Amino acid sequence: MTAAALTAEHLRVRVRELLSAHPPATTAPAEFLRARFDAGLAWVHYPEGLGGLGAPRSLQAVVDAELEAAGAPDNDPRRIGIGLGMAAPTILAYGTEEQKRRFLRPLWLGEEVWCQLFSEPGAGSDLAALGTRAVREGGEGGDWVVDGQKVWTSSAHTARWAILIARTDPALPKHQGITYFLCDMTAPGVEVRPLRQITGEAEFNEVFLTGVRIPDAHRLGEVGQGWAVARTTLMNERVSIGGMRIPREGGMIAPVATAWRERPELRTHDLHGRLLELWVEAEVARLTGERLRQQLAQGQPGPEGSGMKLTFARLNQEISGLEVELLGEEGLLYEDWTLRRPEIVDFTGRDAGYRYLRAKGNSIEGGTSEILLNIVAERVLGLPAEPRDDKDLAWKDLAR
Amino acid sequence: MSSPAAAPLDLLYSETEEELRTAVRSLLAARCAPAAVLARIETGAPHDPELWRVLAADIGTAGLLVPEKLGGQGAGHREAAVVLEELGRAAAPVPYLTSAVLATEILLGCESAEAADLLRELAAGRRVCVPALPLTLAPGAPLPTPVRDSGGGSLGGSVGSVADAVCADVLLVLADTGLYAVPAGAAGVSRTPLVALDLTRPLAAVHLDGAAGTRLADPATARAAIAGALLSGAGLLASEQLGTAEWCLTETVAYLRTRHQFNRPLGSFQAVKHRLARLWLDVASARAAARAAADALATGAADAPLTVAVAQAYCSGVAVRAAEECVQLHGGIGMTWEHPAHLYLKRAKADSLALGTAGHHRGLVADFAELPAP
Repeated sequence: MTAAALTAEHLRVRVRELLSAHPPATTAPAEFLRARFDAGLAWVHYPEGLGGLGAPRSLQAVVDAELEAAGAPDNDPRRIGIGLGMAAPTILAYGTEEQKRRFLRPLWLGEEVWCQLFSEPGAGSDLAALGTRAVREGGEGGDWVVDGQKVWTSSAHTARWAILIARTDPALPKHQGITYFLCDMTAPGVEVRPLRQITGEAEFNEVFLTGVRIPDAHRLGEVGQGWAVARTTLMNERVSIGGMRIPREGGMIAPVATAWRERPELRTHDLHGRLLELWVEAEVARLTGERLRQQLAQGQPGPEGSGMKLTFARLNQEISGLEVELLGEEGLLYEDWTLRRPEIVDFTGRDAGYRYLRAKGNSIEGGTSEILLNIVAERVLGLPAEPRDDKDLAWKDLAR
Repeated sequence: MSSPAAAPLDLLYSETEEELRTAVRSLLAARCAPAAVLARIETGAPHDPELWRVLAADIGTAGLLVPEKLGGQGAGHREAAVVLEELGRAAAPVPYLTSAVLATEILLGCESAEAADLLRELAAGRRVCVPALPLTLAPGAPLPTPVRDSGGGSLGGSVGSVADAVCADVLLVLADTGLYAVPAGAAGVSRTPLVALDLTRPLAAVHLDGAAGTRLADPATARAAIAGALLSGAGLLASEQLGTAEWCLTETVAYLRTRHQFNRPLGSFQAVKHRLARLWLDVASARAAARAAADALATGAADAPLTVAVAQAYCSGVAVRAAEECVQLHGGIGMTWEHPAHLYLKRAKADSLALGTAGHHRGLVADFAELPAP
């Protein structure tokens, strides 16, 4: 069947076939997920044989809704978010046939968790300035030896694999001498250290790479083309951060609205005015996200996607700040400063103090708001680029 | 207690709506360019009857909300919203919001033969009819004291700040005995033009002294019809505000790409770029809010009053901010009379008062979403 002929109805038929061959009630969850992948219903827009059917991406929603209604297990996309949202689309776009077959199935099944070794202490917003080195041994086809330090790596402590960018030619300008790799997190020389955050938790890590050997077969894309590959990852990262679907009064506004209703003694006129403003803005953000999804479903992606993360970050910060203030004396307290290592990131979890502190990261992680505003200004509005004096300089000659 | 669940909404534009937009936009480009609007307001008679005839009758936009059996297009709020987006982009001095939306909705709510006759005239673009109500009157607010009927439909009283009254053929007058259609040129009717902040939507004070009209509805029906019209008007005004904001953003971006200072295009300075990127985000969000209101009105969604209040609470501010940024980022040029930015600033600010302020609509959100004041 060709992609053009695949309709929502065809997919519903396939879902019913899957469900009747593997009834969720009597099938082990892992077995069901494997069968779902093999039926091409994991990510329907991927090619046949790789968990998909080459169908329009918008039809995934049809499959998800049918499976959810049937009580089928899901693959906990939040736990494996980096693999699903970032590694997978990049491997699909740039991987060899062999890499796609090796990595996509265990990734989707959650058998192998992924992390992202991009940011460094000296390369945050200026990511292309990164200094982690990869040197090839023994010429063409030889192993690569990687040395350097990465930071802000969520899931590194549970990950089996990492997407990694490293410098392979310091004599070239910074965007040109980068190569993209798939790094085995169990390889000798990979050391993961918890990085304690503002919230008291260690949801992120520092990763030290000392003489880590990566076979050339785990290089993704051409030598020196890593920046183009990384841009695919970063684009997908932004979409996945801002793209969550929430109901009216969902997300960060929910606990504030509930506290407002249940605890009239906390109400003041000033807080009321600010709460209503933020309630309206949260509802408009929900509608904007909904409109973006409708555009995507029609195959007309709008540029709104680049802006959703900005709105999401600003609103989370303003709403959680209001919540702490609303709680009065209770807002002075914090639930627990014990060092913890959560497996998933939960922006709205725990108490108001946690939400307030964690939301500070929303305008930094996955591209700072300042960088995203530049991207909107330059790519959406067509304003002239920032003048850059590092463009033609060799990386080794840059000021650090 | 919890907030009402959201109805599913279609937030996109249909092909038909895009065709309608193209027709309206090319008409306005030909007959209502900013320079032409500036020239018209200088004459003291900003309305352009010829432009109105083509827009209302030839393109058929006046009858979008009117059923086909009454000579209208039988379309709906989604289509009217697209027309208003374009009129907002042009700051067009035409009585669309007042005649084709507010008066039309009031007449639709009257359900009388007299109202139906008048609707036929409006839908055909033969007459302009405006409600003799202050432009600031908001959905959910108490209606003003009606004018007095001293017996036999002889009406006496005054209403201030009536938008587009100067170009109206018929006034809809709320009297203590019901709703009346009063010919604007009838004996006992006078319209005193007011000097308005918004030069593109003229205001007048309407005085009635023994004026006679045709009774369209009893008082209860009239009040319900007006309440419904105010809801639709407020919801669709969000689309006009979106159009205003969109013009301001587009013009400002175009200017800052070419205007050089310090040997660089002004738009290459990060402080300026970030302001424009934020404004773009606001406009993209306003589009979703305005579309949501139009769609909720079109489908008669149960949560339409909340969706309209959200759209008004949000879009008013975006239009004003966009117009203010337009003036500021054009520098000295933005402060001049010859540049059209001021027309948009005046329209945006006046629109932020029309049909309820953002604060009024946030108060409505508080009621609908059960977030009571202290």
